[in-house]
Amino acid sequence: MANGVLVDITKCIGCRSCQIACKAWHSLDASYNLMNGNLTMPKELNDNNYTLIEFKENKTSNRAWKFIKKQCFHCKEPACASACPVGALRKMKNSSVIYDQWLCIGCRYCMIACPFNIPKYEWNTTNPWIRKCDFCDDRIDDGLEPACVKACPMKVMYFGDYKNIVKEAKRRIKNNPDKYINYIYGEKEAGGTSWIYISDKPFEELGFKMNIPKKSYPLITWKNSLSKILWEEAGLLAILGSLLYLRTRKDKKGDKN
Amino acid sequence: MNTKAISDHKFFTFKTKILLVLSIAAIILIIYRLIYGLGRVTNLSDTTPWGLWISFDVITGVALAAGGFTITFAAYIAGWEKYKAIAKAATLTAFIGYLLAVTGVFLDLGKPFSIWHPLFFWQPHSVMFEIVVCITIYTTVLFLEFLPWLLERLNILTGLKNLLEKKSVILVLVILGIMLSYGHQSSLGGLFLLAPDKLHPLWYTHFIHHLFYLSAICAGLSMVSIETIFGSNMLKKPYELNILEGLARGTSIALLVYFLVRFIDLAINNRLIYVYEGSIESILFIIEISLGVLLPMVILSVKNMRLSIPALILSHFMVIGGLLLNRFNVVFLTEKGLQSNRFYLPSWQEIIVTIGLISLGIFLYKIIVINLPIFNSSAKE
Ligand code: SF4
Ligand code: SF4
Ligand code: SF4
Repeated sequence: MANGVLVDITKCIGCRSCQIACKAWHSLDASYNLMNGNLTMPKELNDNNYTLIEFKENKTSNRAWKFIKKQCFHCKEPACASACPVGALRKMKNSSVIYDQWLCIGCRYCMIACPFNIPKYEWNTTNPWIRKCDFCDDRIDDGLEPACVKACPMKVMYFGDYKNIVKEAKRRIKNNPDKYINYIYGEKEAGGTSWIYISDKPFEELGFKMNIPKKSYPLITWKNSLSKILWEEAGLLAILGSLLYLRTRKDKKGDKN
Repeated sequence: MNTKAISDHKFFTFKTKILLVLSIAAIILIIYRLIYGLGRVTNLSDTTPWGLWISFDVITGVALAAGGFTITFAAYIAGWEKYKAIAKAATLTAFIGYLLAVTGVFLDLGKPFSIWHPLFFWQPHSVMFEIVVCITIYTTVLFLEFLPWLLERLNILTGLKNLLEKKSVILVLVILGIMLSYGHQSSLGGLFLLAPDKLHPLWYTHFIHHLFYLSAICAGLSMVSIETIFGSNMLKKPYELNILEGLARGTSIALLVYFLVRFIDLAINNRLIYVYEGSIESILFIIEISLGVLLPMVILSVKNMRLSIPALILSHFMVIGGLLLNRFNVVFLTEKGLQSNRFYLPSWQEIIVTIGLISLGIFLYKIIVINLPIFNSSAKE
């Protein structure tokens, strides 16, 4: 089943229960950071934090404090998976994009490729892994919702069949046109993502990347380069072959005379 | 034949000793890196996952080794006989260059000992997969081209040596080399097709892989020219002006093609406006194009300049510098898109390893040139 999660940014109160739940489910250590003039804590996603709530103080249009849940978007056609030379990142039937540390060679091309800058790396070990949210793949296979979704006291995240969550997003926007921005972030970005967002503030003000092409990333490399390479090589071979043929024929003629 | 002159050449000069010291320093750091991991020796981080080793040792290094396939094309396919004299040297540099690049990849991989995985776990939708496979096979091809000279010197396996020196076998290897080079030289640019949201529009284009290929040809030719000049210096032979002039003409034409393709592509995509943007990116772009492409192109289009060694050295180094800047721009501007306001500077260990590996390359080159029939047997052909 194609799963998805709708994140309704208007509902979040910034309690960080989801962060704790994610850590608990994945046995990740606590992170100790100093407050740095900002309540976002830890400061950014890393090998030890698959998700976090970003505290965004809106200084431009009508002042507001917003809390944005960050984690992997689980793209429908993930750039990271298409980038990986060994297929260590894969999109599963349950919609999660998961990682196989045994296959990975540590080239870190997935980090360059992901439009949302999600994959993080264990820089300080000798056998490093890529780390990122796995959509609680094991839980959803067992029919449970992801840990962060379950832990949320405000029901910010709505987990369900992808079609239903899109319908729900549209319904909320339609019923409260004054409250919501008429945009579903993730519906089209990078060819569509399994996690989608709705908000009452413009997404660019909340730090969402708005310049992500609304098309499948894997197709960019496939269409422009990889699918053509065999043909180009065949053409090259033909050109080289005929050059060689023409030249040797000329040489032979030259010998006879 | 000047074999005697070459072997009389004093081997452990002061310069050679420096090369050796640097190589050893690099090897020590490499062992340290293998034991303690990337974080301890590099300044890499989640916002700059690729640093000096990938951008310089691998991406730039491979481009500079493009002289191997360009010269063998000229000598064996196009049949311009004079280039046969440097075909061996160019192949040797390419071989050493690729060995260094593979070493660079090995070091930079988080799990170096899994480097063989792509050959068994295929993922043909990945550009990286294509590069790894092409580079592996091409390095093998270069090795097979190099092997007969080694066998000749060691005087063993004459059967294998004669087989590899058969005209038809050489031609097959040459053609294979050209095809594989197209595959990975272009794909090194193709890696960045996946960064439409990160790379600046002056560099990002759906044509970027072809641009990488064309610029590698320019820089490869420049590299071979520089090498030919310094090779003559080292062996105290007169400069081969006839060859150098031809290479310079080729470089100038290749630069023109590269320049035209790049600008037509920018124009078609309506991106020329970014040139006047006044941003750091636009300044970098202007430096890259004017000093690295246009100026050397103009200098080398003048016949008198093509016959003057200082002018040749200057313009070829400009081409190489331009390529280096281009590759740095692409890699680091892409990473700028990884939300970072942090600035990456390579650690001293990364720098020493890079310098040490180059020294090792030059050292190997010197040993091989002195001991194997690379330059002196060319007269026979
Ligand atoms: S958000 Fe990034 S890491 Fe997650 S699936 Fe998409 S491309 Fe992969
Ligand atoms: S770092 Fe690992 S998971 Fe990421 S692209 Fe490379 S091999 Fe694949
Ligand atoms: S889906 Fe699971 S792994 Fe992802 S952020 Fe939520 S709890 Fe963490």
